[in-house]
Amino acid sequence: MRDAPAAATPERAGFSPARVAAIGLALVCVLGLPFVASGYQTFQLSQVVIYAIALLGLNLLTGYNGQISLGHGAFFAIGGYAAAILIVKFGVPYGVAVPIAGVVCFGAGFLFGLPALRLGALYLALATFALAVAAPQLLKFKAFDAFTGGVQGLLLAKPKAPLGLPLTRDQWLYFLCLGCAVPLFWAAANLVNSRIGRALVAIRDHPIAAETMGVDAALYKTTTFGISAAYTGVAGALMSLIVGFVSPDSFGLFLSLSLVVGIVVGGLASIPGVVVGALFIEFVPNFADRLSDVLGESAKAMPWAIYGILLISIMYAMPSGAAGAARKLAQAVVWRRREK
Amino acid sequence: MFSRRAILKAGGAGALAAAMRPWPSLAANAPGVTDTEIKIGQTMPYSGPASAYGVIGRTEAAYFKMINDQGGVNGRKINLVSLDDSYSPPKTVEQIRRLVEQEQVALIFNSLGTAPNSAIRDYLNENKVPQLFVATGASKFGDPEHFPWTMGYNPSYQTEARIYAKHIQANKPDAKIGVLYQNDDFGKDYLIGLKDVFGAKYAAMVVKETSYETSEPTVDSQIIDLQSTGADTFVIAATPKFAAQALRKAYDVGWKPLEYLTNVSYSVGAVLKPAGLEKCVGALTGAYGKEPTDPKWKDDPGLQTWRDFMNKYMPDASQTDNNITYAYGAAATMVQVLKQCGADLSRERIMKEAANLKDFPLPLLLPGMTLNTSPTNFNPIRQMQLARFDGQSWVLFGDLITA
Repeated sequence: MRDAPAAATPERAGFSPARVAAIGLALVCVLGLPFVASGYQTFQLSQVVIYAIALLGLNLLTGYNGQISLGHGAFFAIGGYAAAILIVKFGVPYGVAVPIAGVVCFGAGFLFGLPALRLGALYLALATFALAVAAPQLLKFKAFDAFTGGVQGLLLAKPKAPLGLPLTRDQWLYFLCLGCAVPLFWAAANLVNSRIGRALVAIRDHPIAAETMGVDAALYKTTTFGISAAYTGVAGALMSLIVGFVSPDSFGLFLSLSLVVGIVVGGLASIPGVVVGALFIEFVPNFADRLSDVLGESAKAMPWAIYGILLISIMYAMPSGAAGAARKLAQAVVWRRREK
Repeated sequence: MFSRRAILKAGGAGALAAAMRPWPSLAANAPGVTDTEIKIGQTMPYSGPASAYGVIGRTEAAYFKMINDQGGVNGRKINLVSLDDSYSPPKTVEQIRRLVEQEQVALIFNSLGTAPNSAIRDYLNENKVPQLFVATGASKFGDPEHFPWTMGYNPSYQTEARIYAKHIQANKPDAKIGVLYQNDDFGKDYLIGLKDVFGAKYAAMVVKETSYETSEPTVDSQIIDLQSTGADTFVIAATPKFAAQALRKAYDVGWKPLEYLTNVSYSVGAVLKPAGLEKCVGALTGAYGKEPTDPKWKDDPGLQTWRDFMNKYMPDASQTDNNITYAYGAAATMVQVLKQCGADLSRERIMKEAANLKDFPLPLLLPGMTLNTSPTNFNPIRQMQLARFDGQSWVLFGDLITA
């Protein structure tokens, strides 16, 4: 029973020495990795950070607010194209283009959120799915060719580190992504822990009760859609920066599905979970690819089968995602201690 | 006066500088080249919407295996690392960086697709990694002035369209042309090619251009549209499935234009048979390869070596697939470049030899056709011959046309 007070107030546990050490270690890893990793690996890490931002946006919408979106790849595309067009066609500096892309996506998400109000769970999923299917086609639309570059896409010059910082481009872009991610994560954590966050969860769990309590469900839902799209849009803008190229083929249907896979694997309604989800969608397809190489030359079509098997096994082992599994583990530890 | 120490220092520094300077005549071999191996890389869409092209990567791997079984190139075996990019440019960038930075390949060979190759072209040129024989007909990849490390391979779609336009101009100067094109760079390159030749007369000659998306189930409505304009000439810039639909529908609605069919869709097995052989009689195409199903090549020695290869190294693959004959030729070209390099396998030398192909014949090209490159010509295949479909096979006519 010695530990009972700490267990009873878990939010205070944030200041225990062990937790501080863990956070410190994580910080050192996150900041130090690009200096030990190769350029290619740093590029991959940047992609992980970008996916984490996108997943965070989707998780606010789907995990916390209960609106299922199978079409977030479309907002990722809008963000990516908005940034690319601003940089290439209007000469806007990338530091300005990325936030503008976020604002554009907020608008797009908010507007899409209005008709989405009338659509319940699965119907909304279908409507957003249609958005994901339509996105690559719309990007090819002839009338937009002058801006979007049509099927040829747009090439962006990769930004160099400013102010003579002794960083390679890959390292600079990694820190740029990280610099965008930190305030976005901080904002999201504050949002979900506030009155607004509780309202979002209430709408998800029991919309009628929430409205009875005076929650303006329509406003909250559309705004959440907008914020969610803005997060994903910023991620898309950063992706176009680090890849240096956007084209309709960059934002296929599979991207939208990957994002959904990411939040489910990471854990719905969990902020740290999105990092696990991001690691999953970045590294597991590559891992499956290598595993199938081991099986021989004829196994070139196997990676996605292996990916599927891995996904099913993970969902079987951790039905509520990585965050759920971590919660369970923590609970088990606490109970074990109490029994002593 | 110089002190002894200063002189020693200066001499030492000079010697060091001399030692560090690379030997001028023998540049270092490219990464991935050892005494026994040449490691090369590529990306291929093994999964995703373009996965039908994955067979190109598999054929090339099989071809290099055959070369390795015969002792390799100048004693070195070729090791092709072929990675899946699902035809998604961000994935292509990631995989190419893995190949260059982690796998340390000497060069990138025959990566597939216009958008994927566009996404990696700057990176490869910046790092001076040869991007050889890209698997796309987009005309922008043969630009040695701006991209000295990138070389095309296919005859460009634009070139092919120019050949058709010239034929129309010569034989049917008052033609009313309808064009069906795929709404992407592939389809649009045909429009550009036609415009190149017709110039100011384009608007008068092309009465209707209509496009389709690859996600559409059929192109029936486009065909009816085209027929209603009264066009008497039909240019089909469509991929196999849609080309077959177009040929069949045009016949079924009683529209009898003179048809120019893109070389991309000239396969008898994959396009004309599904459309109905009798419905395609009289169609024209520009050919540069021998069609394996064509009986007139039955005893052709070039095709015979290819069949031997197929039977031994790809026994399960279809012998009517044009992607396979394409890949066979591309791989043979790669081997020729490496052979020409001799013992010096630096990236500079590889690029120099790629731009130094002189009348190199491929067993599956039409008789008389050869590959040629030079420091100012990065489009190896630039010849075509027109052929007419007689209900059974393509019958070549006229001379080789060099565009």
